[in-house]
Amino acid sequence: MAKQVPDTRNVGKDAMTAEGTVNRAALPAIFNPEDLNALELALRLKEECAGSTVYILTMGPQRAADIIRDAMFRGADGGYLLSDRKFAGSDTLATSYALSCALRQIGADVIIAGRQAIDGDTAQVGPQVAEKMGLPQVTYAEEIVQVKESSLVVRRRLDRGVETVECPIPAVLTVNSSAPEIRPQNARLVMKYKWAMIPSEVAAASEVAQRLVEERDYLRIVEMTAADIVCDEQQLGLSGSPTKVKKIENVVFQSKEAKCLTASDEDIASLMVELIASHTLG
Amino acid sequence: MANFFLDNKDLKYHLSHPLMRKIVELKERGFAEKDLYDYAPQNFEDAMDSYQRVMEIIGQVCADVIAPNAEGVDKEGPRVENDRVIYASGTAENMKAVNAAGLSGLTLPRRFKGLNFPLLCFVMANEMVARADASFENIWGLQDCAETLNEFASEEQKMKYLTWVSEGATCAMDLTEPDAGSDLGAVMLKATWSEERQTWLLNGVKRFITNGDGDVSLVLARTEEGTTDARGLSMLVYDKRNGGMKVRRIENKLGIKGSPTCELVFTDAPAELVGDRRMGLIKYVMSLMNAARLGIGAQSVGLCEAAYREALKYAHERQQFGKDIIKFPAVAEMLTNMRARLRGARALLYETSRFVEIYKQYTHISHERSLEAEERQEMKFYNRLADGFTPLVKLFASEYANSLAYDAIQIHGGSGFMKDYACERLYRDARILNIYEGTSQLQVVAAINGVTKGTFMEQISRYEELCYSEAMQPIVEQMKALRTRVEAMVAHVEVVSKDAPQFKDFHARRLVESVGHIIITCLLAQQASEVEEYASDAKVYAKLAEAYIVGAEAYVLNSTADDVALISEVHDQF
Repeated sequence: MAKQVPDTRNVGKDAMTAEGTVNRAALPAIFNPEDLNALELALRLKEECAGSTVYILTMGPQRAADIIRDAMFRGADGGYLLSDRKFAGSDTLATSYALSCALRQIGADVIIAGRQAIDGDTAQVGPQVAEKMGLPQVTYAEEIVQVKESSLVVRRRLDRGVETVECPIPAVLTVNSSAPEIRPQNARLVMKYKWAMIPSEVAAASEVAQRLVEERDYLRIVEMTAADIVCDEQQLGLSGSPTKVKKIENVVFQSKEAKCLTASDEDIASLMVELIASHTLG
Repeated sequence: MANFFLDNKDLKYHLSHPLMRKIVELKERGFAEKDLYDYAPQNFEDAMDSYQRVMEIIGQVCADVIAPNAEGVDKEGPRVENDRVIYASGTAENMKAVNAAGLSGLTLPRRFKGLNFPLLCFVMANEMVARADASFENIWGLQDCAETLNEFASEEQKMKYLTWVSEGATCAMDLTEPDAGSDLGAVMLKATWSEERQTWLLNGVKRFITNGDGDVSLVLARTEEGTTDARGLSMLVYDKRNGGMKVRRIENKLGIKGSPTCELVFTDAPAELVGDRRMGLIKYVMSLMNAARLGIGAQSVGLCEAAYREALKYAHERQQFGKDIIKFPAVAEMLTNMRARLRGARALLYETSRFVEIYKQYTHISHERSLEAEERQEMKFYNRLADGFTPLVKLFASEYANSLAYDAIQIHGGSGFMKDYACERLYRDARILNIYEGTSQLQVVAAINGVTKGTFMEQISRYEELCYSEAMQPIVEQMKALRTRVEAMVAHVEVVSKDAPQFKDFHARRLVESVGHIIITCLLAQQASEVEEYASDAKVYAKLAEAYIVGAEAYVLNSTADDVALISEVHDQF
């Protein structure tokens, strides 16, 4: 699973609209960085398990087909774009619902996604998909250490160290940026897959492109609408999204006087008292 | 995110030259493979789009991997363990990245798993790689050896070696020996036919071999017992997996420290003959060297780019007397000259690449079918230009790499002398460029015939007849006038050298460089006619050209046969 996101790492002054929402037009759309780490793990898994394939599932507007192609240029076999106006306005709950419905239809032994997307930073979609599908999940994954007959041994990167766990498959993995960097695009794959398209792109494409997509089935990226998945439409899009954005504020950090505390019990106790008094805690 | 292709509009300009249509047509043989390979182009636009995309990939790998590794590679360098070369860790990482990106066999035919890209793309890739790390360009650029195999080896050899190179095998060309450097005719490494093993066996020592421990080596060896000159030499291809070769040591060099320069000992190492016996140096190595010279041209231009960027960046960052030093005319003038030389060398590089490409493609086509009369004529035409321009680009670009690296340190002032800035590495790396694959002096020897036999002057006349923008007209007129003056210089040298044969050698460099300056100015004027942005480069270069030629003219025209005595004096001085 991957997401196309606005590139919030290179934010200029036009990055936000007057209403406080992200100005998507001013920011280039990119492959969510941790999803690239996830893709790298998936491609390594493919290399290790002969005969396995890697497909990208993404939900978004039609231009999100770009990240499916990008993944194919790096070694993925194909992809699915979940795209429909009915998905518009989805929060993480509605998104994970739609994705899990699609995944049930597509079928996968291992579902790998980035930990979180840089436009929302929720880190909820991966775990929610696992819950909805009733699958075990390994979060903060950074390496698949071993592939066994019906399980994976995965190393997780946690705040204060690493943990190696074994997990039965099918399973969902969400991947940290500490995982290996994505490999570069491959020249031959770029030339092979640059014509890959979703059906709605084919209509507007050149004659040559149309012929190629017609002749070569590996160039067809699957486009799925709400009608193509078995789902309860009430749980999609805005109607399926309990999250309501009340207000967006620009938070400006103002540096105040810094206070230096030691690790002594005394200092910790006085900090606790102060935080409780200011209602920061409790 | 940085990208060495996208951040350099100059490259895109050269990639989209009008001659590309002809080049792509020839290279793709009318797109005959469009339905045979899933990555073959459908038409011209498709091919160009693919070139651009792949150049972008290379630009990305250069910026993300190779350039950040360069400093570490320079410090760590390769080492020898158990007779084998171990690359610096950064070099190994670079290798992994370029292989993952599928950048091997860039120009090789698809039936050998290559990308079948034009030479120009390979040259451009080399330029970018060299900008990132000149020492890695040595290793990666050596895949060009496969082109020589593609031209002269048997189909069976091609299937084996070219396919392997496309899959990432590295190459070496084993020419130099302790007593055979510029004078390769003196090569003594022996190749003897073994009836028992039914193979050629190599015995002897090679020295100064770049990437000597590569997977595939082209070895120049003496197959003809009892001979001592070039006519007894043949070319053999050696597969490292067959054993028999040890790396005795690697050199500790001034620059390009990431590139292992090896001394190799061959002991009954099995090898295969390439092409015909006795043609090793006369035919095959000449072809190999021409390709390698173009490669050094690319490496040099890449280094020029790196040096110019380092200097420009520092000139904007460094403040003295209360302002950025770029605000001082003395610094800005240096940078302006640097940019003109950089872009001039690049213009010459890609012009040469196009000539070589068209000539080479006709050569390949002539192996498939007989050429039409018109095609044969064209092949001859471009062959002549390729032979003339190749030493010219090697000469100019490598000398400019040195002068730009020198200027880059100068702009850095005292800081540039310290190890803290990249410019000191560039300065060290540049120093070999005008030495290896033929010194500048030897490039002059190779190019002087082009001056005296008319190749260059004819080409300059063709340039003069092209359409130029109004702004460039005065420059073209200036070049016409300079051309006439250089012709007078050449005539003077020809006359005097009738009685004093060394007189031509004495002035050869001045003549070759004078002609080269005019050619480069014409190329920049063409560019400026299409894209206004190049106007200042063309104007600056024209002034540099005139200043040089006026100086050379003063020397040459005031020179008599007696001057030859000046060079003989040093003979007795030691």
